[in-house]
Amino acid sequence: MYFVTPRQLIFPGDVVATADSKVEGPVYLDNGRYRSLVVGLVEFRDDGVVIVPLEGVYRPKKGDLVVGYVTDVLATGWEVDLRSFMPAYLPVSEALHKHVDLETTPLTTFLNIGDVVVAKVKDVDLTDEYPIILTLKEERVGKVESGTVVEIAPVKVPRVIGKKGSMLNTLMELGCDIVVGQNGRVWARCKDPRDEVFLASLIKKIEVESHVMGLTDRVKAEIENYKKTKQQAAV
Amino acid sequence: MKKSPVPLLQNGLRADGRAPDQMREINIAVGVVSNADGSAMVSYGLTTAVAAVYGPREAHPRHLALPDRGIMRVRYHMAPFSTKDERKSPTPSRREIEISKVLREALEPAVVLEQYPRSRIDVFIEILQADGSTRVASLTAASLALADAGIYMRDLVVGVSVGLVENTVVLDLNGLEDQYGEGDLPVGYMPNLKRFTLLQLDGAWSREKFLEAIGLAVKGAEYVYQKARDALKNRYMSIAEEIHGR
Amino acid sequence: MASISPYGKRFISYLRREQIRRLLSTRYRVDGRGPEQVRDVEIKVGVVKTADGSAEVRLGRTHVVAGVKVGLGQPFPDTPDEGVLVVSAEVLPHASPYTEVGPPDESAIELARVVDRGIRHCRYVDFKKLTVESGRAYVLWVDLYVINDDGNLVDAANLAAVAALRNTQLPAVVKDETGIKLDRNNKSPLPVETAKAPVAASVGKIGSVLLLDPTFEEELSLEGRITFTFSEDKIVALQKSAGHFTQAELETALDLAWKGKERFASALKEVLG
Repeated sequence: MYFVTPRQLIFPGDVVATADSKVEGPVYLDNGRYRSLVVGLVEFRDDGVVIVPLEGVYRPKKGDLVVGYVTDVLATGWEVDLRSFMPAYLPVSEALHKHVDLETTPLTTFLNIGDVVVAKVKDVDLTDEYPIILTLKEERVGKVESGTVVEIAPVKVPRVIGKKGSMLNTLMELGCDIVVGQNGRVWARCKDPRDEVFLASLIKKIEVESHVMGLTDRVKAEIENYKKTKQQAAV
Repeated sequence: MKKSPVPLLQNGLRADGRAPDQMREINIAVGVVSNADGSAMVSYGLTTAVAAVYGPREAHPRHLALPDRGIMRVRYHMAPFSTKDERKSPTPSRREIEISKVLREALEPAVVLEQYPRSRIDVFIEILQADGSTRVASLTAASLALADAGIYMRDLVVGVSVGLVENTVVLDLNGLEDQYGEGDLPVGYMPNLKRFTLLQLDGAWSREKFLEAIGLAVKGAEYVYQKARDALKNRYMSIAEEIHGR
Repeated sequence: MASISPYGKRFISYLRREQIRRLLSTRYRVDGRGPEQVRDVEIKVGVVKTADGSAEVRLGRTHVVAGVKVGLGQPFPDTPDEGVLVVSAEVLPHASPYTEVGPPDESAIELARVVDRGIRHCRYVDFKKLTVESGRAYVLWVDLYVINDDGNLVDAANLAAVAALRNTQLPAVVKDETGIKLDRNNKSPLPVETAKAPVAASVGKIGSVLLLDPTFEEELSLEGRITFTFSEDKIVALQKSAGHFTQAELETALDLAWKGKERFASALKEVLG
């Protein structure tokens, strides 16, 4: 049995449903009932109720695509910052495709402090000293040489992607390479650096207006407008 | 016992005109410190507390962290200009040290620290204006700031004070009543789980008056809780508008 | 300055914690006590000859000494017609394997302030009788020294403070060319009203069981802790420290603390007279 209604705001401690119901998201069981752990929105989906948090730090999951900053070079790998409360580690074995002789080649040859990487979360184990293990051995991940990174609240990432990727596809009409990291970092590279600035402002706009209706259409319109203005200026 | 300069209770009304079970005007705003992960400002009458939360973040140095849960760091501090007459020295007093501990122990039961191993959650509370009941206003502010930061909490924690004035149990002591009344009982309460997480007392209370005071504190806490919910709703106003628009 | 969650040094094994909990569910404790029993109390006064008043308390293996030094000073601004009470506490570095060297930490400060509040509000000492002349008053410096910590410092420290004050001799005030000062060759007992002596009783919670006078090990397993200080039939101080309590638990704890107080009070009576 559910005690909530669709699109309702919910607060920590509020009762969501009885223990036999299907509930996903940050909730806990208390005396046979689910209670919310966060300030969030209640969404009714086909297979149950989901609590969508409105704020919160990035919580890594295996398989997440993330954008990280290398913050330390260690004996057999690199420490990477993901804007989470847990440190992430990229072992050498997960970064390079061929065997490297660490005696003769320093790790800084490959990645140094300040480098930006797009990586996949290979494993998460809260009991480890480095709970998050990253890998670069996947399609379309690796060190990033140019472009820009925009930071948004991790809870807004789904909005930047959109239902079935609709928002991301709209953003792609600008003609840039875009990677949306689950950890709230969006990497983009455009041929024209001014496009990067415009794209950054669009992404921030999506973050602020994430819950307002018709956002995708408005973003589409802004991109059209921008392209038109650029064409006219070029003439 | 010190004598009050004005009568504390006359014809059933308190010195500031309130009924015994009446709270001062409450003002709550959430998300007031933009750099912080979460923040809130809470006023009970003139008493104003600002709380800012940073975290969870990696605990440094590492040896201060716990492998299976997060730790909290709570600081309660009064601004030098917050007190009525003399300037308060900015050096932390023994009172501020004790209150920092009491507030930490009032918040820890609500925060699911097991979700944040090896991390630290910082809660900084500053009293900008003090007119009685500062620690309980701080508690409400801190709890809202934690929720605003998205930190997992079992419930909000709401603070209210009750006191004894002319042998009458009263709700929400102001500075005058705190100084000249016969007893002061600050309370921290989780409204959904119905648990007390902050409880102190001074003065001289009979068993009956003590139990009566606890009951009044629960009512007061529930009233403040509704105000807190309203403040959280305002913070996410655009979503509420969208909901109504559908 | 900030209060930080205790980070792990005080260690109790999971097995031991479970043993304590299981025993308690049968209302039995590791040292053979029931939940409503306090340990044996031993109180001695006059143990420190250089102090103006002193007392020593042993509560089980918890060992606290209180020393009182009388001084002259200015009254607090909001009580210009009363003497001054200053209570400090120190948990000595050798009190347990976990105590650090250094200034009093937040627990020691809390301990001192809780004992202070109990004495201040109950009229055991009539501070109005401790003014000397306009702008000057007696200052009672009460220093609590924890020598061995086997749990429940606050109840033991409170007893020590109360007994030490009973044992305190006030030096007479003399006036000469240099001003007013104290003459320790001419002393009289500090007047105290023994019927109003404040007595603290702490209650701990493990699972659904409330217990009196926790030992050091039990303290490491507590899910809630609350101290009530009584004077005659009134509550004069209260401090909840760790954990949480429902309204019903508070009422039960209050009644249990009252029972504990009765036992401590009878030990105190032998010393107070």
